[in-house]
Amino acid sequence: MHIFKNTNYDFLRWRWHAIALSWAIIIIGGIMFARVGMPLGIEFAGGTAVVVEFEQPTTTEQVRGALDRALGGGGELVIQPFGNRAENRYLIRVPTVGAESGTALSSEAEKVEGALKQGGLGNFTRLQTQIVGPSVGKELRSKALLATVFSLAGLLAYIAFRFQFSFAVGAVVATVHDLLVTLAFLVIFQYDMSLNVIAAILTITGFSTNDTIVIFDRIRENMRSMRRDSLGHTINVAINQTLGRTIITSGTAFLTSIALFLFGGEVLHGFAFTMVVGILTGTYSSVFIAAAIISFWRGTAPTRAAAHAPASPAPQQPARKSKPQRKARAS
Amino acid sequence: MANLRWKILTVLAAFVIFTGVGVYPILADRFGLPAPAWLKAKQLKLGLDLKGGVHLVLQVQTEDALRFESERQMDLLREELQRQGINVSGVKLIDSTHFTVEGVPAEKDAEFRNVSTEFQTNFDRSPGAGGAYTFTMRPNIAVTLREEAVTNARQTIERRVNELGVAEPTIAQQGTNNDQILVQLPGETDVAHAKGIIQSTGRLELKLVEQGPAASKEELVPGGVVPSGMEIVSGAAEAGGGTSYYMVKRVPVVSGVDLKNARPTPDENNRPAVSFTLSNDAGRRFGTFTGANIGRLLAIVLDGRIQSAPRIDGRITTDGRIYGSFTPQEAQDLALILRSGALLTGMSYLEEQTIGPSLGADAIRSGIIASLVGLLLVVAFMLVYYKLSGVNAVIALVFNLVILIGLMSYIGAVMTLPGIAGFVLTMGIGVDSNVLIFERIKEELEAQRGVRASINAGFSRVFWTLVDTHFAALISVAFLFNFGSGPIQGFAVTLFFGLISNLFTSIFVSKTLFEVALARRHQVATLSI
Repeated sequence: MHIFKNTNYDFLRWRWHAIALSWAIIIIGGIMFARVGMPLGIEFAGGTAVVVEFEQPTTTEQVRGALDRALGGGGELVIQPFGNRAENRYLIRVPTVGAESGTALSSEAEKVEGALKQGGLGNFTRLQTQIVGPSVGKELRSKALLATVFSLAGLLAYIAFRFQFSFAVGAVVATVHDLLVTLAFLVIFQYDMSLNVIAAILTITGFSTNDTIVIFDRIRENMRSMRRDSLGHTINVAINQTLGRTIITSGTAFLTSIALFLFGGEVLHGFAFTMVVGILTGTYSSVFIAAAIISFWRGTAPTRAAAHAPASPAPQQPARKSKPQRKARAS
Repeated sequence: MANLRWKILTVLAAFVIFTGVGVYPILADRFGLPAPAWLKAKQLKLGLDLKGGVHLVLQVQTEDALRFESERQMDLLREELQRQGINVSGVKLIDSTHFTVEGVPAEKDAEFRNVSTEFQTNFDRSPGAGGAYTFTMRPNIAVTLREEAVTNARQTIERRVNELGVAEPTIAQQGTNNDQILVQLPGETDVAHAKGIIQSTGRLELKLVEQGPAASKEELVPGGVVPSGMEIVSGAAEAGGGTSYYMVKRVPVVSGVDLKNARPTPDENNRPAVSFTLSNDAGRRFGTFTGANIGRLLAIVLDGRIQSAPRIDGRITTDGRIYGSFTPQEAQDLALILRSGALLTGMSYLEEQTIGPSLGADAIRSGIIASLVGLLLVVAFMLVYYKLSGVNAVIALVFNLVILIGLMSYIGAVMTLPGIAGFVLTMGIGVDSNVLIFERIKEELEAQRGVRASINAGFSRVFWTLVDTHFAALISVAFLFNFGSGPIQGFAVTLFFGLISNLFTSIFVSKTLFEVALARRHQVATLSI
């Protein structure tokens, strides 16, 4: 079975459209970021979060009402249903921490619990409490940024060592592109920037290069066997030859990420969303961005003689004989 | 074929070993199958986010350690000056790393310099106007003191947590300056109690009372000036309510470090109290001291407050008792804290998390469902798309997961909620290697290369591509591990072992499976791929 058989798309011709589309998404994300901002998870923002389970059916409004009355309102209070609706679980987040130090750190959580008791919502149990001091987030932010930068530098060095410098630039630009587009989607869909999301972003840094490396490998192979063709043509042929596997490998990773997104539970939701977006954009950038960067970097001039080879009858590597794929069994 | 036999043996041995170490203990635990204790101990460990428990991050106030040291040196210098008859107008602590001596008489300047020289190993001395000298702690000493303070805090917390009897706690240093302490207590639910035990300073000092008790500070020091070498300490009054004040010697006779043991024992009136035993050395010192001070009061100071100030009735050597209005629980906790030694520095909480066991169980359940759905989707796709070769890929995938669990169990790595996500992702990313190999084999088949040659070419030509993709991913996984703590590190570890085992299964196991399938056939014309 083949999904893409002997395709012959001129991917490089679409590079400007692709770059424009990517920039459009990134700019929309940027505008959203400037206007609305990115919601920060508790690890980054600091504060107190408790998960409570009520014995009786309770609505978000009831919880909010009880807390507003006791804590004096304030728009910073976040109340979200947690997990399955039928379980009556709510995540309540208060931005301030009772005190930076001492046992008083938990005072805000006690206040929330007290407010709920007064609110007459029936019995409830506190399932989880998370309290993060305000100084933690700053350290995390710089660590996350450093980890990303170091990963990219490591990637640049490794691909430059295994391929050529222009390839390394292509891979790193494509990865940065993936990160920016993923961040843009996170802002557009207003997902909390949490530790898990950062973990997913760092994972994408490593795995979005997989497809790119496969294509690069083929470009390098073709550069040896197709010396007379232009670089642009060589690249196009390589992308077409590997198109099937690019789609399939991303497809399997996509399937598992979707399973995580749908069934992985509340806590992994942001993580799974980031992975889904990262995998899609990673595939897209491998095909449209990474190789285009190589051609920008080295110029589209032919590697040897022969000028613009028409994009239509591209010779397939390895040359194919007329017989179509057989269906047969090995055992 | 001897070659193939060895490959099959290797594959089977790997499968049996990793199943035994990783998968079997989990099944044994779940379904009550027999398993030796050492194997049960190897069972994949669950992180706090899945098991429930208390997670704390404490900031060690290393500044305290510097101030203590400066104060101590300052006190020693003051005493030495008094002994030598050098009268100065003042000795003052400026901040945690500086103190000054003012008004050194000009005629005694040389003598002062001589006396203070021995303090210069840890402090730099610089002269100022009018016979003033500033002592500044040397930076390398400050660094060492900070490190020691964190180490002391970590070890003290370790001892206390061990005494609490929490199974498999984690206590580790972390943070940019390595001055934070992570404490994880799986299964613990009483945060307040745990925090109280961990954070109590537990500094016990026995000090000679010079004056007191008095109802107010003013009564003790009418001019408001505390004589040098003395300090005012307060505590609950022994009779009636209110506070009584005592003036005591700054330098304690014995302190917490001299303790050999402490335990809760009821006093004569059967009220909870804590008795302690001093080390032999301190006992000798204490005996001489109490013998010389019979009839005077001795203050028992705990964390800067007087617990009691009994009269010294006779020579006491090694055993003493702390009275106070304790509940039995408080007496027990105090004994625990004293046994585990004092914290030299204060600590503040940066993070606190309590996870109930029910949320963890829910997380595990949804993780298992997501894993099964993910596995099912991938298996279905591989079988439909690659037919019988898909079976090969699925076997390799199962192998991959078995090795992953086995490795993690063997190393003692911790499975966290993000780790489950890493497990699910490993399925999706793991078969990618098979896809790359199979697609290459297809390509070779189309070029009419013959089945065996195509398979060999498929594996050998993709080998370096796989090494490259895996290595690139490992780079970022390494930085991911470095970045995160707890749950995120669990994720990085899962991905790491997933990648390593995938390289083995997709290349070695999958190739062996192809060879086994083709071994019996002499003429191979077709391949189901």
